[in-house]
Amino acid sequence: MTLEELDSYQRTNGKSKNWIRVGLDTGGIAAGGKEVLASLREEKDDAGYEVDIRSCGSCGLSFADPTVEVQVEGMPTMLYGAVDAKTAPLILREHIGKGHLLDDHVMATRKRATSLDGEKQTAVLVMDTCVVGGDKTKFFQASFEQELKVHGFGDEIRVYRAFDMGLYDRGLCAQLFPSGVTFSNVLSPDIRRIIKDCLVEGKIVEDLLESESDPQARVVLRNCGKIDPDSLEDSLRNGGYRGLRRALTEMTPEQVIEEMKASGLRGRGGAGFPTWLKWKLTRDPESQRKYVICNADEGDPGAFMDRSVLESDPHSVLEGLMIAAYAIGASKGYFYIRAEYPLAVERVRQAIEQAREAGLLGRKVLGTDFCFEAAVRLGAGAFVCGEETALIASIEGKRGSPSPRPPYPSVKGLWGMPTSINNVETLACVSAICNRGAEAFARYGTEDSPGTKVFAVTGKVRHAQLVEIPMGYPIRSVIFDICGGVLDGEDIKGVQTGGPSGGVIPEKHLDAPISYESLRELGSIMGSGGMLVMDERDSMVDVAKFYLRFCVDESCGKCAPCRIGGYQMLQIIEKIYRGRGEESDLSQLRHICSAMKSASLCGLGQTAPNPVLSTLRYFEHEYMAFIEGGHAYARKIRQQQKEQEKVAS
Amino acid sequence: MSTATLNYPIEDAEAASIEIAKHVDKWRDQEGNLIMILHEIQDEHGYVPRQISMELANELDVSLARIYEVITFYQYFKLTPPGRCNIAVCNGTACYLKGAAHILSQLESKLDIKEGETTEDRAFHLETVRCIGCCGMSPSLSIDGKTYGRVRSSDISELLEEASKEKGLR
Repeated sequence: MTLEELDSYQRTNGKSKNWIRVGLDTGGIAAGGKEVLASLREEKDDAGYEVDIRSCGSCGLSFADPTVEVQVEGMPTMLYGAVDAKTAPLILREHIGKGHLLDDHVMATRKRATSLDGEKQTAVLVMDTCVVGGDKTKFFQASFEQELKVHGFGDEIRVYRAFDMGLYDRGLCAQLFPSGVTFSNVLSPDIRRIIKDCLVEGKIVEDLLESESDPQARVVLRNCGKIDPDSLEDSLRNGGYRGLRRALTEMTPEQVIEEMKASGLRGRGGAGFPTWLKWKLTRDPESQRKYVICNADEGDPGAFMDRSVLESDPHSVLEGLMIAAYAIGASKGYFYIRAEYPLAVERVRQAIEQAREAGLLGRKVLGTDFCFEAAVRLGAGAFVCGEETALIASIEGKRGSPSPRPPYPSVKGLWGMPTSINNVETLACVSAICNRGAEAFARYGTEDSPGTKVFAVTGKVRHAQLVEIPMGYPIRSVIFDICGGVLDGEDIKGVQTGGPSGGVIPEKHLDAPISYESLRELGSIMGSGGMLVMDERDSMVDVAKFYLRFCVDESCGKCAPCRIGGYQMLQIIEKIYRGRGEESDLSQLRHICSAMKSASLCGLGQTAPNPVLSTLRYFEHEYMAFIEGGHAYARKIRQQQKEQEKVAS
Repeated sequence: MSTATLNYPIEDAEAASIEIAKHVDKWRDQEGNLIMILHEIQDEHGYVPRQISMELANELDVSLARIYEVITFYQYFKLTPPGRCNIAVCNGTACYLKGAAHILSQLESKLDIKEGETTEDRAFHLETVRCIGCCGMSPSLSIDGKTYGRVRSSDISELLEEASKEKGLR
C-alpha cells in the first residue's frame, strides 16, 4: 500500500445512507447477536429493504447486549438494546420502513442538547429512571400521549418507552427526538409545560432540563462498535493507520518518543510507568534485534476492556504496536493473548493477515524504510504471565516463571534483546496520540495522569459496561451517574479496583478522583481497569479470601515469600471465615503481608497482599465480627451468602 | 499428576509421529514454538496425549521432562482426555459475586460429578475457569467454547439438554 492509496480511503466515505450494525463481540454473541444478524438479513431479503447490514464490535454497553445501531437517511443514528431475533425484523419494518422507533428497546442519546434550534420534534422518549417503587414508564407514556392529543399533536408526535437514557434515579425522564433535549424529574403537571413550551413555542423548560451530557470521552474505544473489526477497509476509512502514517513520514523515532512524553501517556496495564520512558530505555541500548510485545494477557478476573478492544478494533492496536516498533527500532512484534479469548485471537490474527496483504506489514511499510512483522502467541492460563519477565519466558516457549529485575526487559528481554512490552489499551492510545496529536490527548485528565481510562464496571452494578472517562473523574460518578448505581437499589459497600493486585475502596472514599496516585493512596491500584461494585451484603472477608485463593493458585512457586506467605495467609483467612479466628491472627496477617510485599520476586507476590491489606484497613470490623462471633456468626454469614447466590442466579 | 492418559493411548505410534511432524513443520523455524505446538495438539485432541508428547520430544530433540514442565505449569493444558461436552463455569470476580458458586453446585448435582471431573461415560466434563471476559453478563459459562451469559439456575437443565442433543449424547 502506498501513501496515496492510504489517503484515498480517508477522502472517500463509502458508506451507504442506510445501514444497520449489530455488535458481535463475545458478549454480543453470547446474548444472541448472531441470531439477530441472521434474522435481520432474512427479513431484508424477504422484504427487499435497501439497507446495508453489517456486524461490528462492541460499543461497550454490555447490559444492553446484543445492540443494534440503525442509520436511516433523515434521522439521527439510533441504538437499540436487548434486541432478540423476534424484535430484529421490527427494526426493519418500523424504523427503516416507517421511521418509527421501537418501544422498550430504543436507547436515548447520552449527548443531551440544550436548545431546539427551531427543529421540528417528531417523538418523545420516556422512561422511569428509578428502580424502587414500580416502573411507571407505561403510565407516563399514556399521560404524555393523552396530553399530546389535547394539544393536537396526536399523530405527529409519538411517545416511546426507552430502554435506557443514561440517567438514573432522576424520576421520570423525557427526551425530545431528534433534538436530544432531555428533561428529568418530570411530574404530571410538567408534561403540559413541556408540550406547550417546547413543542408549541420552541422554548426550553429550563428548570427540568438535563443540560450535562455524558462525561465519557472515547479515545481508546473510538472505533469500538463503529467499525467492522473484520474489515481493514472500514478501519482505514475511520482513521486507521493515520497515526502510523504521520509517525513514519513526518517524525523521527525520537520525535515519536517526544510526542509520547508530551502526551503524558502512562502504561494502562496498571503500574502507570511513563510510556515514553519505557520506549526511550528500550531505544537507547545498541542491539541488532529489538522486540515489541503487546500484552493482551488480561488475567484480572472481572475485567474485559482488552478483550473488547481487540475484538472490536484490532487494527488500532496493531497500529500502536507498529508505532512502538518504529520508535524503539524494533522489526518484530508479538501479541501475547490469552487462549481463553478465542475470538480476540482470531480477529487479531486476521488483522495481521489483512495488514500483511495490504502491505502495511512486511518490508518497506508505506514506501518508507520501516520493516515490521507481527505474530500472535497464545497464553495458556497463567495469571503470572501478565508480569513482564514471565510473559517473555512464556513467549520463549518456557514455563512462565518471572526472573529478578534488573536487568529490565528494556535492556535484556525477549531472547536477551531489548524489548518493550505495552498493554493493549496503551497501544490503542498510542495510535490515537500519533493521529490526533499529544495535546488532543493531554487535554483530558489530570496533570499527573493525562488522558482517558477505560474501566470495566461489573459486579453488583445496575448496568455493567465499559466506561471510558477522563482521568480525575470521581469513582462515585462512574458507578452512579454512568452505570446507574447498585443492582436492585442496595447500598454500596465498596468498589474493588485492580483485581487480585488491587484493593477495596470503601464507600466513604468513592469521591476520590481516579488517578494512579489517588488510588494508590487509598490502598488500591489503578490496575488494568476492572471496577467491581460490591453491595452491603458482600462479606469483605470472603472477598479477600477469593482474591487470595486466586493468587495462591496462580503463584508460580519460584520464590518463598509468595509461595509460602500466600498459602499461610489463606489458611488464616479461611480459619477466620469459619469462625475459629483469634485476635492475634490479624496482626499475623499484617506481618505476612508486609513480608510478602517487600520480599517477593515479582509483581504478583508483591501485590497479592493488597486485597487483604485494604480490607483490613477499611473493614477490620468485619474480620472482628467473625472472630468475636465465632461459629454461630460464621454460619449465619455463610447461610446468607448461599441464599444470596440462589437469588442472584 | 494422574496418568489417566494411559487409558486412552494413541495406539499407533506411527500415526502420532506423522501428526507431530505436521505441527512441528509448521512452527519449525519459529523461536519458542513449544507452547504454540502444544496449543495445536490440544485443539486437535482436547488434551495432550502422552504418546504425542513423547514423539514431540523426539522431533524437537528435547527431553520429555522439558515438555511436561511446560504442560504442567499452564492451567490451560490438560493431560487427561476431556468429555465429549465440556462445561466451563466462569469463576471471575464478577461471576463469583453474582452466584457462580450456586450455578456450579447445581451443575455438580445434575451431572453427579465434582468440579474438575468427567462423567463416567465421558459425556460431560465440568471445570471452573478464571474469567472468560464476559463479566458484563455475569454469571456466565461456556459449553464447548460457546459462551452463555446471564445464566440462571433454572436454565441449567435446558443448557445441558441442548448440549447433549448437539453432541448426540444420551
